[in-house]
Amino acid sequence: MSKIIEGLLYSESHEWVKVDGNVAIIGVSDFAQSEMGDITYVEMPDVDDEIVAGDDCGALESVKTSSELVAPVSGKVVARNDALEDQPELINEDAYEAWIIKVEMSDKGELDALLNAAAYAEIAK
Amino acid sequence: MDNLLKTTCLHDLHVELGAKMSPFAGYDMPIQYSGIIDEHNAVRHAAGVFDVSHMGEVFVSGPDAESFVNHIFTNDVRPLAPGAILYGMMLYPDGGTVDDLLVYREFEPDRFLLVVNAANVDKDFAWMQEQADGFAVVLDNQSDDWGQIAVQGPEAEKAVCGALGFKEAAELSFYTFKDFERSGKRVIVSRTGYTGEDGFEIYAAPELIRNYWNIVLAAGVKPCGLGCRDTLRFEAGLPLYGDELTADISPVMAGLGMFCKLDKPEFIGKEALAEQKANGVAQKIVGIELSDKAIPRHGYPVELEDGTEVGVVTTGYHSISLDKSICFALVDSAYAALGTPLWVRVRKNAFPGVVVKKRFYQTNYKK
Repeated sequence: MSKIIEGLLYSESHEWVKVDGNVAIIGVSDFAQSEMGDITYVEMPDVDDEIVAGDDCGALESVKTSSELVAPVSGKVVARNDALEDQPELINEDAYEAWIIKVEMSDKGELDALLNAAAYAEIAK
Repeated sequence: MDNLLKTTCLHDLHVELGAKMSPFAGYDMPIQYSGIIDEHNAVRHAAGVFDVSHMGEVFVSGPDAESFVNHIFTNDVRPLAPGAILYGMMLYPDGGTVDDLLVYREFEPDRFLLVVNAANVDKDFAWMQEQADGFAVVLDNQSDDWGQIAVQGPEAEKAVCGALGFKEAAELSFYTFKDFERSGKRVIVSRTGYTGEDGFEIYAAPELIRNYWNIVLAAGVKPCGLGCRDTLRFEAGLPLYGDELTADISPVMAGLGMFCKLDKPEFIGKEALAEQKANGVAQKIVGIELSDKAIPRHGYPVELEDGTEVGVVTTGYHSISLDKSICFALVDSAYAALGTPLWVRVRKNAFPGVVVKKRFYQTNYKK
């Protein structure tokens, strides 16, 4: 059974979002990392890139598969977790600790389209 | 859907071990237990055990057994001694590949064991039957009667000859086998594998295979799934039927011409291969090493610098043992020479690489 944290928002493509004021901290769920297996490479957007909700903004590669990182919200990337470049396995170790990017949201209304923990639990199984 | 999947004799033990299971070749098979990287490294540096019970075993016997096998098989079994094994392919007349397989020459005269890919058992057996007209042979598909495990890695000999008690198997050189009798039943132990390491494959009745599985695990051998079987064989430059060999990819295109003996009087596909060798082929399987960490995957386009598509990736990984992004690709022959610069398109970007030898990893077979 994968871990789902109360209080975070989730996308149907298995990203999580933690809202901190105007900033969305984004990662992938424990279910996603468990499905992918050993993650070997994380492709992230650059700081200052504009990303659009629903579009690919990066990718995760495991030994076996690739999976797109789909932007759960739109906005400007204000930080990326560069530790993942050398240690992508941090996502396997704790998917909620290993955030990937932080985004300054251009439309907080987009958060309404995301799922709460209970709704996501229905998908992540 | 799931209830249409077949299971091997070890299925419940995989589930008990917490393996991640997935459909493969019509079977519900373990993809990984502790993780692909951990299992891969165990085989490279210690020992791992694979359930390969899904593989097909077809016995060919009768006065024409040798000439029949030589008719359908690209390699030459005539000089093969009892207890020895050959790798090669079965071909269609146009040179396309029916399957790649191992041929064991049995100790009993006029008898061979053909070990074929799980996904192809039915197709292969039907193919063999169609070709058997006019040959005094009996074809016996015993695929469902045999379990099989592969114990692979530098410590495989200790497990197979020690823990499992097949002491005489220590004398085997690569691509030879011995027969044993256990509980009144035949057990075949061959020094073969699909990992680039030393190792053994053990064929036996399902109940014996279950015992052997538990014994090698207790001896510290790591259970390994199909995930790392693919990463290991790929690094060692070994083809997978369906990726590097298909009905459209001949052994000459795949760079496996050394397993096709054109000096044999005849075999199915010989004329086509001779023509391909004489006049060249349009496409070849090559190895490509990328200079970036981006990972080439099956189906990704291979391009020239200007974006012209000249091929497609057949297998690709970020290599666990070599820490490099590498792939096999089917490319236009004009771009198949070692050192040719090629680009692989990974999502939006094309990453530069260079054609290298397909045996990415130095294999460690027992001489």
